[in-house]
Amino acid sequence: MSIEWIIRIVVEYWPMFLRGAGVTLVIALIGTVFGALIGLLSGILRTIPIPENGPKRLLLKIVNFLLSAYIEFFRGTPMIVQAMVIFYGAAMAFGYQMDPLIAGIVIVSINTGAYMAEIVRGGIISVDPGQYEAAQAIGMNHLQTMMNVVLPQVIRNILPATGNQFIINIKDTAVLSVISISELFFQTNSIAGNNFRYFESFFVVCIIYFIMTYTVTLILRYIERRMDGPENYVVAGEMDTAEDIKRKTTGA
Amino acid sequence: MAERRVGKVNTVVDIQGLSKSFGSHEVLKDINFSVNKGEVVTIIGSSGSGKSTLLRCVNLLEKPSGGQIIYNGENILDDKHNVHQYRKNLGMVFQSFNLFNNHNVLGNCVVGQVKVLKRSKEEAEKIAKKYLRVVGMEAYVEAKPRQLSGGQKQRVAIARALSMEPDVMLFDEPTSALDPEMVGEVLKVMKELAGTGLTMLIVTHEMEFAREVSDRVVFMDKGVIAEEGTPEQLFNNPKMERTKAFLQRTRN
Repeated sequence: MSIEWIIRIVVEYWPMFLRGAGVTLVIALIGTVFGALIGLLSGILRTIPIPENGPKRLLLKIVNFLLSAYIEFFRGTPMIVQAMVIFYGAAMAFGYQMDPLIAGIVIVSINTGAYMAEIVRGGIISVDPGQYEAAQAIGMNHLQTMMNVVLPQVIRNILPATGNQFIINIKDTAVLSVISISELFFQTNSIAGNNFRYFESFFVVCIIYFIMTYTVTLILRYIERRMDGPENYVVAGEMDTAEDIKRKTTGA
Repeated sequence: MAERRVGKVNTVVDIQGLSKSFGSHEVLKDINFSVNKGEVVTIIGSSGSGKSTLLRCVNLLEKPSGGQIIYNGENILDDKHNVHQYRKNLGMVFQSFNLFNNHNVLGNCVVGQVKVLKRSKEEAEKIAKKYLRVVGMEAYVEAKPRQLSGGQKQRVAIARALSMEPDVMLFDEPTSALDPEMVGEVLKVMKELAGTGLTMLIVTHEMEFAREVSDRVVFMDKGVIAEEGTPEQLFNNPKMERTKAFLQRTRN
């Protein structure tokens, strides 16, 4: 009976599942964070106003070209192929085998970075140009404008898309099994290869993947609510007791 | 105003031969005028006359196509001049408020002081609260821009600009985006400021207000300064036909 097998697999192999899930989460989380940082950096660089002439113009043109090339290339090729090329390419070029876990993080980071760069660009475009102008008018330079005014709004706006990317990464790390990273899918393959119970093993892992992605969804929703802050504010002078302040700030 | 006041000690900004084109469309043609310390200058004229573009050229939100802007005896359109260093000396109030959405009322007035003027947070908050009191918004320090009415937003925007303690305040149609009942509260604040000896350059459609607060009124038409003079001269005895026609239209 399948259900007995499922229970047996969970009881017998849970340490392997747990280790696999851990590796998957580590790669997906670090990959998404680095990818988001690459995306934000790329967003800052690609929105620098290009001067009409001078050496800075040429430099910015080159930077923009390189960024576009990076984005188009990594968005336009499958991650499973990128994994093979980078992992075996590095082995050929430098004569040493990368640690598979490091390799996995690198691959997921640069792949996510390419997507995040476009997501951040969209986020920057969606911020009212008046925000940028007001910051400029106050005397902020491009970096100050981005760090203090534009990007905080961009980050809030792209949080759902970033969460999406994180969830995609949790699932897509499965392809990294091709370079022998012992993430969740790789572990499940080993388990199924041991007991020849393919349906039951992969049914279990299916549930594990879903629990991971759904937990991430819930956490992100909580963060979004936290970032939006309280709906109410206190008008100074109108408050009289601590009770009132509490009532007004909590909105109860 | 036939005589130029080049190099005079009391000149804050001196504009010479300024022009601005968008493509082949010439929006400003050979503009010459200056703003003196403590003076309140209003720019009036119909929509499309170039008055907002002129104001935006003064703090380089629009890059002039030709001419000079003399500030502290130097032409700030020279490449060697740092635009951001120059802008912190000019306060700007926009038609659409452009409060920083990611900051609360106090944060809006503090961030520029801390990041651009490098003031300490404590000092910046003290100064911010001082100017929020001037505009009557000191009770709302915790509120987010989205929680305020248009008139309140604009008063905070004025406090934000004042907190930078600029040499001159630029107002770009500050009441045009407001409901009629809120226009009054913003104009009242501006009248009070004009009374304190603050140097102000105001683009406005509020003729009564212009007549009341201005030391000098500039009438723009089709990208040139058609006429300028004291409010009495310009409103009561306009010399030019087009000034008369414009004033006639606004009275109806």
